[in-house]
Amino acid sequence: MKKEDIIKPENLVYRRTPVLTDNVMHYCPGCGHGTAHRIVAEVIEEMGIQEKTIGIAPVGCSVLAYNYFDVDMQEAAHGRAPALATAVKRLKPDFFVFSYQGDGDLAAIGTGETIHACNRGENITMIFINNGIYGMTGGQMAPTTLEAMKTSTSPYGRELSMMGNPLKITELLAQLPGTCYVTRQAVHTPALVRRCKRAIRQAFENQKENKGVSFVEIVSNCNSGWKMTPVAANKWLEENMLPYYPLGDIKVSK
Amino acid sequence: MKELKLMKGNEAIAEAAIRCGVDGYFGYPITPQSEILEHLMLEEPYKKTGMVVLQAESEIASINMVYAGAACGKKVMTTSSSPGISLMQEGLSYIAGAELPCLVVNVVRGGPGLGTIQPSQSDYFQTTKGGGHGDYRLITLAPASVQEMYDFVELGFDLAFKYRNPVMILSDGAIGQVMEKLEVEDYKPRWTDEYIKKSFPWATTGKNPGEDHAIITSLELDSSKQEQVNIRIQKKYKECEANEVRYEMIDCEDAEYIFVAYGTSARICQKAIQLGREKGIKIGLLRPISLWPFPNKILEEMAGKVKGMLSVEMSAGQMVEDILLATKHKTKVDHFGRLGGIIPTPQEVLNALETKIIGG
Ligand SMILES: Cc1ncc(C[n+]2csc(CCOP(=O)(O)OP(=O)(O)O)c2C)c(N)n1
Ligand code: SF4
Ligand SMILES: [Mg+2]
Repeated sequence: MKKEDIIKPENLVYRRTPVLTDNVMHYCPGCGHGTAHRIVAEVIEEMGIQEKTIGIAPVGCSVLAYNYFDVDMQEAAHGRAPALATAVKRLKPDFFVFSYQGDGDLAAIGTGETIHACNRGENITMIFINNGIYGMTGGQMAPTTLEAMKTSTSPYGRELSMMGNPLKITELLAQLPGTCYVTRQAVHTPALVRRCKRAIRQAFENQKENKGVSFVEIVSNCNSGWKMTPVAANKWLEENMLPYYPLGDIKVSK
Repeated sequence: MKELKLMKGNEAIAEAAIRCGVDGYFGYPITPQSEILEHLMLEEPYKKTGMVVLQAESEIASINMVYAGAACGKKVMTTSSSPGISLMQEGLSYIAGAELPCLVVNVVRGGPGLGTIQPSQSDYFQTTKGGGHGDYRLITLAPASVQEMYDFVELGFDLAFKYRNPVMILSDGAIGQVMEKLEVEDYKPRWTDEYIKKSFPWATTGKNPGEDHAIITSLELDSSKQEQVNIRIQKKYKECEANEVRYEMIDCEDAEYIFVAYGTSARICQKAIQLGREKGIKIGLLRPISLWPFPNKILEEMAGKVKGMLSVEMSAGQMVEDILLATKHKTKVDHFGRLGGIIPTPQEVLNALETKIIGG
C-alpha cells in the first residue's frame, strides 16, 4: 500500500486542531502545558468560537501561549491575567475570554487579581496549571509546592513552619459566590485528558449564560523542575500531588 | 453645543471622559482624586454612553485592566494620586512596551511614602523620565486650570492613539480640588466596534478568518529583535519631540526675568509677576504644558534674551534640571520650591526671584 492510499479524509483518526498555530512548542517533552493547550484549542474549535475568543497568557513557562493559540491573544504582566480578562470581557461582553496561568502567577504574585476577579463573578474561563513549582525560572518553590518537596529554593524540602503551607487556592475560590464552576482535573493519562476536556468545554459553555467565573485547575507535571523523567514525573504526580490536590468537581452551580 | 459648568478639576476629568466617548475607566480610590471615580459612578455613564466604570481591587489591577482595554483598541483610562501611580509603574512600562494607547491622570500629592494628601509637584521625575523599567517615555500634559483638566482628556487620547503610547496628565491636588468655571462639549458617541476593527489592525478585536491572529505583548526574547523594537519606539519619541511640544508664554515680550512653572505653581507665578511689575521688575512666565516632550527650544531662545530664570516648583527641584539642560548656561537659572504639600505664596516666589536671581 502506498502512502497516498492511506492519507485520505475517511482514514483520519486524529489531526491537530487549527486553533493551534504551526509554531513548534517550546515546552519540555512530557510537559502537561502542551496537552492543556491542545484541549483548550480543541474546545474553541468545536464550539466554533475562534473568531470570538480572546485569550490571556501569563508570565511563566506558558508565557508564549500567544504564539500557539490561533486566537487573538494578550500577554499579561506576572499575575495580572485575571485583571486583563476582566477588562476584555467587560468591554467586549459578546466575546469568549479565557486566562491561562501557572501556580506562581495565579496563586502567589497574582492572588489579589485572582480572588477579586472570582469574587466579582467575571464571566470568564480561568485555566490554572498547578505543577507545584516555578517551571520557567528554573524550579523554585511555588505556593503549591508540597510539604518536604525539594526545589531550588527549598533545597532540603519545603519546611512548613518556615515556608508556609501548600495553598489549595481552588478550594478557596469555590467559596466565593462569584464562581459558578470550580473543578480540578489532570492531563497525564488519556482518560483524564478526555475528562479534562469535558470540564473545559463546560467552563466555556458557561460564558454563554453569564454565570460567573468558571475555574479549571489542571494538576500538571514539571519533569524538568522536578528533575525526573516524564514517566517518573507522572508517577510522582499520581502518588504525591493527587492525594493533596484530589481530582473532581469542587463546585457546580445550577 | 458648548455648555458652562462650575466644577472641581477632578469632576472635570470625569465629565470629559464621559463626553468625549471614553469606553472604560478603571480606578481605585485615593485622596485627592477620589471625586473622579465618585463622579463617574454618580453619572452612570454606562446608561448614557455604554462606558464601563469599574472600581478595581488595587491600582495594580486598574492599570492592567487599562492595558487589556487598550489592547482591544478601546479608549480606556485610569486615575490616581502619587502612591497609587507608583504601584502602576510596572503596568505603564508594559503598556509602553506593547505600544498601547491609554490615558492616566496623576493628581499629585506630597511624598515620599504616604507623605501628605496636600498638593505637590514632586512626581515630575517619575513621570517625565519614564518611571518604570526600560527605555520609554510618557507623553506628559500639565493642566493649570479646571478647563485644561477637561480639555486634556480628549487631547490626551488623541496623542495616545497617534503615537500608540501612554499619556499622563500630571496635575496636582490643588487643580484637582479647586472649583472653576468651565466650558464642556456635547456628548460624542463612542467608537463602534467596526470602526475600531478597521482602524486598529494591531488590536485584539477577534481573529479574522484567513488572517494572522493579533498578539499584544511586550516580550521579545531575541535581543536583536528587541533592539529593533526599542529603536522603533525611540523613533516615535523623536517624532513626539518634533511635533508635540506645547507651552504658554505670559508677559514675556519685555521680560528681563522669567519664571518657569507648570500647573498650580504657574498660577502662583502669575500673581507674583503682577507684584513684581508693580515694583518695576519686568517678569514673564514660561509655562510648559507638555512636560515631556519638554519645550527645550523656546527655553534656549529665551535664555539668550533674559537676565535669569527661576524654576518654581512644589518640589525640591526637579524640572530645574531640564531647564539647565535646555538653556545651556546661557543665563542664570535657579530653583525655588516648597515641599511636603505647601503651596508657596506669590510674595515668597517674588522674594526668591529677588534674592536668588536678581540680587544673587
Ligand atoms: C514581577 C515579576 N516578578 C518575577 C518574575 C519572574 N518570574 C517569571 S515566571 C515566574 C514563576 C512562574 O511560575 P508559574 O506561574 O508556576 O508557571 P510555570 O512556569 O510553572 O508554568 C517568575 C517568578 C517576573 N517575570 N515578573
Ligand atoms: S520547565 Fe516544567 S513547566 Fe516548564 S516546560 Fe519544562 S516541564 Fe513544562
Ligand atoms: Mg508552576
